[in-house]
Amino acid sequence: MIDHAKNAFEFNKDKDHVDWHNQALWHVRIKRDQARDQVEDWEVLREKASLIKDHTLNNLHDYLLEFEKKAQANGWKIHWAADAKSHNQIVFDILQDNHIESVLKSKSMLTEECGLNDYLEKKGIKITDTDLGERIVQLLKKPPSHIVLPAVHLKKKQISDLFHHHYQSDQFNEDPVYLAGIARQELRNYFIRTKAAISGVNFALADSGSIVVCTNEGNADMGIHHANVYVACMGIEKVIPGKWELGVLLKLLARSATGQSITAYTSHLVKPPPGKEYHLILVDNGRTNILADKRYKEVLKCIRCGACINTCPVYRRSGGYSYGYTIPGPIGSVLAPLRRMNNYYTLPYASSLCGSCTDICPVKINLHEMLYKLRSDAVENRCLSLSKKIMLKLLDKILYYNFLYHTAGFLARKMLYLLPRFLLYNKLNSWGISRELPDVPAITFKKWYKENIING
Amino acid sequence: MKVGLFIPCYIDQFYPQVGIAVFQFLKKRHIEVDYPLAQTCCGQPLANSGMARESEKYANRFNELFSKYDYVVCPSGSCVLHVRKHFPQIFENQKTFSVASITYEFVEFLHDILKLDSIEATFPYRVAVLQSCHGLRGLRLASSSELKITYFSKNENLLKQVEGLKLIQNENADECCGFGGTFSVFEETISVQMGLEKLKMIQKNHVDFITGNDISCLMHLEGLAKRENLKLKFIHIAEILNFS
Repeated sequence: MIDHAKNAFEFNKDKDHVDWHNQALWHVRIKRDQARDQVEDWEVLREKASLIKDHTLNNLHDYLLEFEKKAQANGWKIHWAADAKSHNQIVFDILQDNHIESVLKSKSMLTEECGLNDYLEKKGIKITDTDLGERIVQLLKKPPSHIVLPAVHLKKKQISDLFHHHYQSDQFNEDPVYLAGIARQELRNYFIRTKAAISGVNFALADSGSIVVCTNEGNADMGIHHANVYVACMGIEKVIPGKWELGVLLKLLARSATGQSITAYTSHLVKPPPGKEYHLILVDNGRTNILADKRYKEVLKCIRCGACINTCPVYRRSGGYSYGYTIPGPIGSVLAPLRRMNNYYTLPYASSLCGSCTDICPVKINLHEMLYKLRSDAVENRCLSLSKKIMLKLLDKILYYNFLYHTAGFLARKMLYLLPRFLLYNKLNSWGISRELPDVPAITFKKWYKENIING
Repeated sequence: MKVGLFIPCYIDQFYPQVGIAVFQFLKKRHIEVDYPLAQTCCGQPLANSGMARESEKYANRFNELFSKYDYVVCPSGSCVLHVRKHFPQIFENQKTFSVASITYEFVEFLHDILKLDSIEATFPYRVAVLQSCHGLRGLRLASSSELKITYFSKNENLLKQVEGLKLIQNENADECCGFGGTFSVFEETISVQMGLEKLKMIQKNHVDFITGNDISCLMHLEGLAKRENLKLKFIHIAEILNFS
C-alpha cells in the first residue's frame, strides 16, 4: 500500500531539495503560461480539444477499427493487447522472430505502465532507453519521476557523478552541455549497432492510418530509421479522427508540457520503408473498464502533457516517487486508484482540491472533482485506516446532531482555554506539530445571536 | 428580500466575530436577515474526506432550513461551493427545490446581487488578499492564473472601496495556501510547507493584515504565523467591510 503522506514526509527531510524541486517545476509552469499567452484563442482551443476527445471516446470502437484498416493498408502489422502481460509477450515474440537481443526504446509511458523493461531483461533482451532523462533514471535503476521530465528530481551533480561512474566522464564536471554530449556519444554507439526500436505514440490518426510521435531529442527518429524492426506501443485512447484534430491538439501539447510552441520533432510515421517491419500494438490494459464508468471516463482524454503535474502544489513538494505509480501528480492520482484502489487509495487525498489541475488541463479533464469522488470510492471500498475512519465517523456525529455539536464545541473551547500546552500539543494533534490552535472566543455566534438578536 | 444566514460550524465555534460582521453589514443595509437556529454544518468536511454518503443528511437538513428564503448567504467560499456543486448531485433523483441556486458566498452576494458601489468602511492598513481556491476556481470570485481570461477579483473590487486600505499584490497569489480541510492533518508535511511558503511570499511586501473569504485557510496560516512569531494579523473580509 502506498502511503503518500509518509513518502512526502521523507522527501521533505531535505528542505533545500524540496525548494529546488518546487522552483524547477514552477519555472516550467511559468514557461507554460508564457506560451499560452502567445495563443489568442487559448480557451477556445481547450474547449475544441476537449470536444474532440469526448467525441473520439464516444466513438472509440469505430475510430479504432478505421485506424486499423487504414494502417494495415499502409503496411503496418497491427496487434491488439488486452493487458500488460499480453503487450509484453507480443513485443517479445516480435523481437524473437527477428532474432533480436538488444532493442532501443524512446520514451513511452505505456511501456512503463506495462513494466516492459523488466520483462524483456528477464527474458535476456537488453533494452536501452534513449531519451536523456530516461537514460539517466535507467542507469540509476529507477522509474521516471515525471512523465515529461523523467529526471527532474535530480541535480546536475548527481548526474555528473552517475556519468562519471558509468561513462568515465570528467569528475565534478557539471556542465549540462558537456554531460549531454557524453550521453550523446554513448547513445550513438547503440543507435549504430541496434537493429530494433520501440517507441510510444502521441496520436494515431484514424483517417490516414498513421501515427505521430512528438520528441525533442530526435532519438526516437534515430532509433526508428536505423532499425529493421520497429514496434510502436499505444493505449487505445490515443486514436483521434484525423489531421484537423491533430492540429488542435498539437497546438496545445507542447505549450502545456514545457512551454515550447511545438516539440523539436513531430514525426509522422505512415508506412514502413521497403525491407523494414513496422508493428503497432494497441493496448487496453484497463482502459475499456474506465471507458465504461461514466464518472471517470473523461480521464481517458488525457494527452500526457504533464501540465497538471507541474502546477500541482503537492507534487512539486512531494516529488514523483511519493505517488508510487508510473504516472504521478493529479492525473496519476486518478489513474492509479482506478487500477487498484486498495493499493493507491491515499493518492486522491494527496490534494488540497485546489483545482489548479483542472484549470490548466488542455483537454479540460475535471481532475480535482474526480479526486473528490475517488475519496468516496476509497471509503466505500473500506480502504481507510481504522484511526481515520473513527475520526471521520466521530466528526460526522458531532457535526450533525445539535446536542453533540453544542456539547463538543463547548468542551473543545473549554479545553483549548484551560488545558496546559503539553496536553494540547502532542502526537495525537497533527495540526499542532507546526501550527498553533486558534484562540478561543468567549461565546459562539449562535449564543451571540440568541442573546443579542432574539432576546435583545 | 429575505436572507437566510448560514454560519459554518467552525465560524460559529471559533470565529463568531465573522458571523456578527456579516449580520451587522446586511442589517445596516436594511436587509431582512434570519438565522435558523437548528443549523450546524453543511457536511463539506465529511464529503471532502470521502464521506459523501454520510454528508447527504446535512444537505437534506440544509435544504429544509433554507429553501424558504430568497437568498442564502454564507461567509465561506468553500462551504458555498459544496452547496452549489455537490448538493445538486445529492438531490439528483429527488424532486425537491434545491437551495444550490440561491446560496451565495458573502462577497459574491454583495458584488453580484446587491451590486454595492459604496462600502462606507475605513481600514487604514496594508492588506493582502488570500484568494482561497474554492472561491477562486470553484465560485470564480476572481480570475485564476491558469486560464487566459481578463483579470478580475470581486474581493478587490469591494476592498478598493474601503477608505485608507492599501491592497498589496503578491507573487503566485493564487497558489493554494495548503489548508484543504482534512488535507491539513492527513498531509500535514505538505500542508505546512505550502503554508510557510505562502507566508514568506506575503511577508516580503510588509503587509499588516491578510484577509480572505475563508477563515479556515486564514486559521491555518495564522496558526503557522503564531508558531513562527511572525507579526502578521488575520481578518475575514466581512470584518474589514464592516469596519468603520
